[in-house]
Amino acid sequence: MNVLIYLVPLALGLGLIGLFAFLWALRRGQYTDLDGAAYRILSDDDV
Amino acid sequence: MSVAVDLSHYAKPERDGALAVDLAVDGISCGACIGRIENAVKVLPGVIEARLNYTNRRLHVAWTEGALVPARILDALAEHGYRGHPFVPLRAEQEEAAQARKLTRCMAVAGFAAMNVMLLSVSVWSGNVTDITPETRDFFHWASALIALPAAAYAGRPFFASAWRELRAGALNMDVPISLGVILALGMSLVETAHHAQHAYFDSAIMLLFFLLVGRTLDHAMRRKTRAVASNLAALRAETANRFHGDEIVAVPVAVVKAGDRLLICPGERVPADGIVQSGRSEIDESLITGETMLRQIAPGATVYAGSLNSSGTLTLAATAAGDGSVLDEIEKLLDKAVSAKSKVMRLADRATRVYAPVVHASALLTTVGWLVAGASVHDAIVTAIAVLIITCPCALALAIPAVQVVASGALFKANVILASGDALERLADADTIIFDKTGTLTLPEPHVANAAEVDPALLQLAARLALSSRHPLARALAREAKRRVPFEHAVEEPGRGVRATIDGTEARLGSAEFCGVAASDKQAGSQIYFSHAGGCAIIHIDQVLRPDAIETVEALRALGLDLQILSGDRVQAVQPVADTLGIRQWAGGLTPTEKIAIVEMLKREGRRVLMVGDGLNDAPSLAAAHVSLSPISAADVTQAQADAVFLGDRFSPVLIAIVTARRARLLMRQNLWLAAIYNFIAVPFAVAGFVTPLIAALAMSGSSLMVTVNALRARA
Repeated sequence: MNVLIYLVPLALGLGLIGLFAFLWALRRGQYTDLDGAAYRILSDDDV
Repeated sequence: MSVAVDLSHYAKPERDGALAVDLAVDGISCGACIGRIENAVKVLPGVIEARLNYTNRRLHVAWTEGALVPARILDALAEHGYRGHPFVPLRAEQEEAAQARKLTRCMAVAGFAAMNVMLLSVSVWSGNVTDITPETRDFFHWASALIALPAAAYAGRPFFASAWRELRAGALNMDVPISLGVILALGMSLVETAHHAQHAYFDSAIMLLFFLLVGRTLDHAMRRKTRAVASNLAALRAETANRFHGDEIVAVPVAVVKAGDRLLICPGERVPADGIVQSGRSEIDESLITGETMLRQIAPGATVYAGSLNSSGTLTLAATAAGDGSVLDEIEKLLDKAVSAKSKVMRLADRATRVYAPVVHASALLTTVGWLVAGASVHDAIVTAIAVLIITCPCALALAIPAVQVVASGALFKANVILASGDALERLADADTIIFDKTGTLTLPEPHVANAAEVDPALLQLAARLALSSRHPLARALAREAKRRVPFEHAVEEPGRGVRATIDGTEARLGSAEFCGVAASDKQAGSQIYFSHAGGCAIIHIDQVLRPDAIETVEALRALGLDLQILSGDRVQAVQPVADTLGIRQWAGGLTPTEKIAIVEMLKREGRRVLMVGDGLNDAPSLAAAHVSLSPISAADVTQAQADAVFLGDRFSPVLIAIVTARRARLLMRQNLWLAAIYNFIAVPFAVAGFVTPLIAALAMSGSSLMVTVNALRARA
């Protein structure tokens, strides 16, 4: 079971990447306008 | 007249010498508006950024200082059919936004930790029944501790802080048992891990935090959503004042008007600030202040109050400090007294905690003593007692009420009712007596044509179209009847007399009886406007009319077993017909704010739970004194600030929906509390007997939380 010594930290590391990605998105205001994003994707004049 | 609005008061400096302003935008109907609005503003010279938040309908515009007159932004919006209103986020809203971000971060950390700890725990549980080696189990437990301890220290802060605050104040809330449970579970697990034990409860502790944080974040998000709409509406209502700068007139936000400023008030405008009339004569409608619908004659030297509607003449006003007038003074004093006398209603959740905490903590203590007496070791006795605390940890109990609140306030929001305070639902459900104000509450806030059925429809339509050319309040009320909203060409308004225009070759006149050559009506109530055209003439009564669904709503409220009363500041003659139409037997007219509040207090002493529905400034003290209060969105600002909930639109049914939804929500809250209690009744004996393993604790906790959440969803119906 020695494989666990590095697999468990690896799994945790991947989880942490996800967590930091979420916190980064939160800080960048990605969640402030949830309804608008759905419409912006449809307009092509917005570069 | 249109005067450019001075936005400089609202502009805030941004990076690189830019200025920015936030606008609440009215008229957004679909997703295509996003591009239209942003492009309309972006093409203005000097604009650096224009971004519309579609969720809360706010536009953020930044521009290089000096390169743009900010009023041009409003013009650009107006050209595309939108109305922009400068917007200052309320302090409370900013604090709430910060709080919400903090909660979301905590939830993310707790969610991450819960998932990873659960991954390790499930391995241990399945290993425990197969062939896990003690070394591997210890490794997994230590890894769990490494994740759970820092995560709980971070994500548990909202609970720990609140619990500590309450404990220091000598009180108890739900966060106290939550914090205690989490800390004990983590502490015990750490000690057990150090002793190579089989069971650790890291997963239970962190999962509890995660579930509760999800509940709180949702609760917060819903409250923020409703509050954003409420403050947008406030921004849309905020009016500008025409202030004299020397001889020039500048439109400034009402917020910057100071005592001593000279203001111009045109016919048809609301008075922006309290003041003394310096010149001009007019009649003003003070129904928003006193409930009185009869117009008051105003001459130089008279005091007028903010919110009154100027009807016929142009006035020049010297603004005075707020609260300088007799009516306002009286209301302020009454309001202070009512607010300080308001008894704090014990919330359902606090009542539940008061029963729950002692029972659970006592049973944990008894478990320790019991096992010690039965001859168990100190270690085993304490571990079992902590298991009792973990299994009873009030996950379901703490979710029982917020979950219902989220769903019910969302349902009310869709029905045009905006809750201002968190416990308003519970108090709305308690109400057994409703007191209505008349003017602006049972009746529409604006006057309408009262005798539309009696006037020749063709004449009424001509009169209404002619009325489009006048700014007089009576003409505006009449103009609402116009089906073809095209004004006649070459209409001439003669100030103080009326409007005339040539229609089909003959002259039509709309205005006073004398101006139209018609015999004056002898009707006392309301106001009359006269119309003559090609030999035909009409007398049009303009009066307060009931909200379109007032009769049905009042009947439905009565059917719910509520006692209904009308207390109005308007004349008795004006109140009686309304009371008769609605079939409300208990009513009174001509009441002062002091008398209104006295009646509310008397009903309270009789043990009644009074719901006060009112809009006028004169209602504000009674709204504050009542058990719970509602006001229409058209209400005076001071009054709205006192109301527990605000309803939008012309219809009266939101009052009924609010009560029905609140009663349903209270029922579901009670059901949820019982569900949580029953769960504890079943789980506690197992824990006391020492049968609870971490697996059972995890299943029980998730199961009970899911149960109350699913039950809460029924509040939507």
